[in-house]
Amino acid sequence: MKRILVGKVSDIPTLRSRTVRVGGTEVAVFKLSSGALYAVENSCPHKNGKLSEGIVCDHHVFCPLHDWKINVKDGLVQAPDEGCVKTFQVETDETDSIYLLVEETGGLTA
Amino acid sequence: MKRKLVLVGNGMAGVWCVEHMLKLAPQRFEVTIFGSEPHPNYNRILLSSVLAGDSSMKDIVLNDWDWYRDNGITLHAGHTVTKIDKAKRTVTSDKGVTVPYDELILATGSRAFILPVPGADKEGVIAFRDIKDCETMMESAKKYKKAVVIGGGLLGLEAARGLLNLNMEVSVVHIHDYVMERQLDQTASSMLRTELEAQGMKFLLQKHTEQILGRDRVTGVKFKDGSVVEADLVVMAVGIRPNVAIAKDHGIEVNRGIVVNDFLETNVPNIYAVGECAEHRGVAYGLVAPLYEQGDVLAKRLCGLEVSGYEGSVTSTKLKVSGVDVFSAGQYREAPGTRAIKVVDEFDGIYKKVLIRDGKVVGAVMFGDTSDSTRIFKLIRTGEDVSGREKEVVLGEGFGGAGGKSAGSGVAAMADDEIICGCNGVSKGAIVKAINEQGLTSVDAIKACTGASRSCGGCKPLVGEVLQCTLGADGVTAAKEGICGCTTLGRDEVVEAIRSMHLTTSKEVMNVLGWENTEGCSKCRPALNYYLGMVWPVEHEEERESRFVNERNHANIQKDGTYSVIPRIYGGVTSPQELKRIAEVAEKYEVPLVKFTGGQRLDLLGVKKEDLPKVWEDLDMPSGYGYGKALRTVKTCVGNTFCRFGTQDAMGMGIAIERRFERLNTPAKVKIAVSGCPRNCAEATIKDFGIVAIDGGWELHVGGNGGVKVRATDLLCKVKTEEEVMEYAAAYLQFYRETGKWNERTSEWLPRVGLETVRAALDTPEKRQALVARIDEALQVMTDPWKEIIETPSLRATFEELPGSLAVDASAAAEAAAGLESEAAAAVERP
Ligand SMILES: Cc1cc2nc3c(=O)[nH]c(=O)nc-3n(C[C@H](O)[C@H](O)[C@H](O)COP(=O)(O)OP(=O)(O)OC[C@H]3O[C@@H](n4cnc5c(N)ncnc54)[C@H](O)[C@@H]3O)c2cc1C
Ligand code: SF4
Ligand code: FES
Repeated sequence: MKRILVGKVSDIPTLRSRTVRVGGTEVAVFKLSSGALYAVENSCPHKNGKLSEGIVCDHHVFCPLHDWKINVKDGLVQAPDEGCVKTFQVETDETDSIYLLVEETGGLTA
Repeated sequence: MKRKLVLVGNGMAGVWCVEHMLKLAPQRFEVTIFGSEPHPNYNRILLSSVLAGDSSMKDIVLNDWDWYRDNGITLHAGHTVTKIDKAKRTVTSDKGVTVPYDELILATGSRAFILPVPGADKEGVIAFRDIKDCETMMESAKKYKKAVVIGGGLLGLEAARGLLNLNMEVSVVHIHDYVMERQLDQTASSMLRTELEAQGMKFLLQKHTEQILGRDRVTGVKFKDGSVVEADLVVMAVGIRPNVAIAKDHGIEVNRGIVVNDFLETNVPNIYAVGECAEHRGVAYGLVAPLYEQGDVLAKRLCGLEVSGYEGSVTSTKLKVSGVDVFSAGQYREAPGTRAIKVVDEFDGIYKKVLIRDGKVVGAVMFGDTSDSTRIFKLIRTGEDVSGREKEVVLGEGFGGAGGKSAGSGVAAMADDEIICGCNGVSKGAIVKAINEQGLTSVDAIKACTGASRSCGGCKPLVGEVLQCTLGADGVTAAKEGICGCTTLGRDEVVEAIRSMHLTTSKEVMNVLGWENTEGCSKCRPALNYYLGMVWPVEHEEERESRFVNERNHANIQKDGTYSVIPRIYGGVTSPQELKRIAEVAEKYEVPLVKFTGGQRLDLLGVKKEDLPKVWEDLDMPSGYGYGKALRTVKTCVGNTFCRFGTQDAMGMGIAIERRFERLNTPAKVKIAVSGCPRNCAEATIKDFGIVAIDGGWELHVGGNGGVKVRATDLLCKVKTEEEVMEYAAAYLQFYRETGKWNERTSEWLPRVGLETVRAALDTPEKRQALVARIDEALQVMTDPWKEIIETPSLRATFEELPGSLAVDASAAAEAAAGLESEAAAAVERP
């Protein structure tokens, strides 16, 4: 497992996200109102909308293009739509740095 | 200078009082609150429901942390005030925080009384008073089986019921021969006991506790008669004592509670007491209704409003145990001089008793059917003479007919001033008025608007009946849809609540109005942000995170994730220099497409997000708001400047209007056009506001749209001067801002509210001027968003990607975090 340093917790405003490129993948890291961080691939399963630009409510993001609702914790698209987006594990340390955990192959971790 | 108000005790009485003061005089005080408990203000009453599993801790918070912050209140949670310096006027907490006060309110509540028996300090022996106690009970229930509740009063029985729900075996110990003897007579009490036994509770009556057994943790309770009951958890609910230590230690007069007069003043100037810690005319209350009445009086007093003093309360009790309806108020035991009317129905398990003295109702006890309780409680409070119709009081009009249960019909017969919600003193009239005037269609909306059923919730069914009765059953079911799936409230209710309750953040709106999703959705969040900004243009802080992407990034998102940029070109009139600059920027950033928009502006399409601030910087032009729910463009024809038909200066007018209203937030996008003669080359009659020059004046057209659903404008009026055009435009736009629904174009809004309504709203100079003043207030706080982002590094940063680098191990990670640009950046992974 690779640990990618992304930045500082304070780089991401609450209820917003910032993006980071990991290999060929663009990842959106969200900060929820609780301060918790979650990361998903920055591409909506519908038509590749940039989820990083969506409105974040509790642990869901609404895709800015056609309003699909996606759970950023497990990547699941909420009914009535269907689908799933890749999620990445996020860690922080005592210096408030954010890390993404990525499989050596650069792929997804649950 | 604001006066410094310090509140000691972050509980129900004190915070209620502060809430009222904020409503009455929001700017008058700088408020500091100390509370021993580490929580924000919560509804203590509902701890019983939490224990019973009907509510969660989260549900019972009355004011969350944000509320304190949003109202500028400093909260020292987890601080107990231990010192008052009357000479210097300061208070000091056990954690060493000292705060000066001009006015000091003591609202320290009560403490549970712990029987002074040996072993009372053992592990597993607790009271039922706060969140901690409640949590202890819930934790214990996971590990232990046997609970003993000492005290068969209201609190004890509610605790016992909760513990039963947590799957414990529960025995209730009581010294009297029947439970709730302070509220119920023997008949009602034994009916209650039978019911509770049926639910699984055991009773040990006439038992005097002598000792709590066990080594460290309790194992049993021993009684004076020598008998013993096993226990791994003992809850003492034998009474409360006003919490007066702090007052006593500092020379404030204390009897049983802190002695106060009718204005809640103690014997020390500028120090007041409210709630359970206070003693008024010899009485220290242990219920919320009196505390609220006291809080109201004190709030008005401190805000300098006229108020007649507090004269004491008549209290009533309801047991909050599901499946059991018990009510008692006033005097409940027969005594010389009282006569009673009783109804006992052993078939349905109903018992009612009303005591009458000198023709007046002085008390009542009910079991099994408490639907008349509000009506009867009112008779007790008002002391109305019921001579000659005593039986009606108990049995209802034409008594006996309806089989005892008096359902819905009851509220119809109620007088307007009858109190529905005893806790908060909300009358039937107030609820009906709120329903009618604000179009409320749900109990939650009524709760949000009037406070009815906000506290113990006992009156919820009754509130529901008032709603049914006012709207008719159809009205309730046909209730209109809320602004989104998170609420049943419509636009008007929400805006009204924002105004009347002075709500200033989305979060607050969602909390106060009981949103289903605690953080809303993509529909309501932008809407609330708009409504809040409309109502409180200066005070409301723009919530970027609630903006749709276009308005947050100040550019239109395209299907591939790139953006389009439209600089402001007033009236569509530009210059060679400006055109050159735009062309250069387009080249520099390799803009794939440049196009004229439908509103005569230039659009640079295909700009990458991270390039946006640079593009804006290089353009050095204001934002054209081609993305906003705002004034987009003012389209113009050439007018009399060049055109041979033109009668007025259409370009000049267009430019002036665009400058006057640029950046204005509106419910939906707004387009304006100005044509220089009735040939109307600017197509002004399919715009939200269209201006067409005529000989010697202007025609003003409203409510048009050339978009999805084409609608030609209605003629609003004709005016003579340019000043009038401006005044009407401003007043019209503001009226739309104030009454339009989020996302509702004027072409939908106008038919909805009616042209006549709009005309009537603008028909006198006074009305127009008032609207103009309000639009000016909103405009005055607007700044150019492009410039703001360019000049604010933290905002600008959000347009960029985070760098991202490989963290090899923890120490390298720390290093890397310290300086992203440093060596660790060698490992940066970039495509
Ligand atoms: C389980 C339960 C159920 C109840 N059910 C009902 C009911 O159904 N109907 C009803 O009318 N009433 C009911 N009550 C009573 C009601 O909750 C109280 O009457 C009410 O909460 C009293 O309000 P208060 O503000 O005076 O005191 P509290 O709400 O107790 O607030 C006082 C606060 O002050 C804090 N404090 C004390 N001293 C200090 C200090 N020196 N410095 C800082 N902070 C201090 C305390 O920690 C406490 O948080 C119930 C009570 C309980 C415990
Ligand atoms: S509207 Fe009238 S003034 Fe304007 S361009 Fe057309 S013809 Fe000329
Ligand atoms: S691309 Fe996300 S909803 Fe269509």
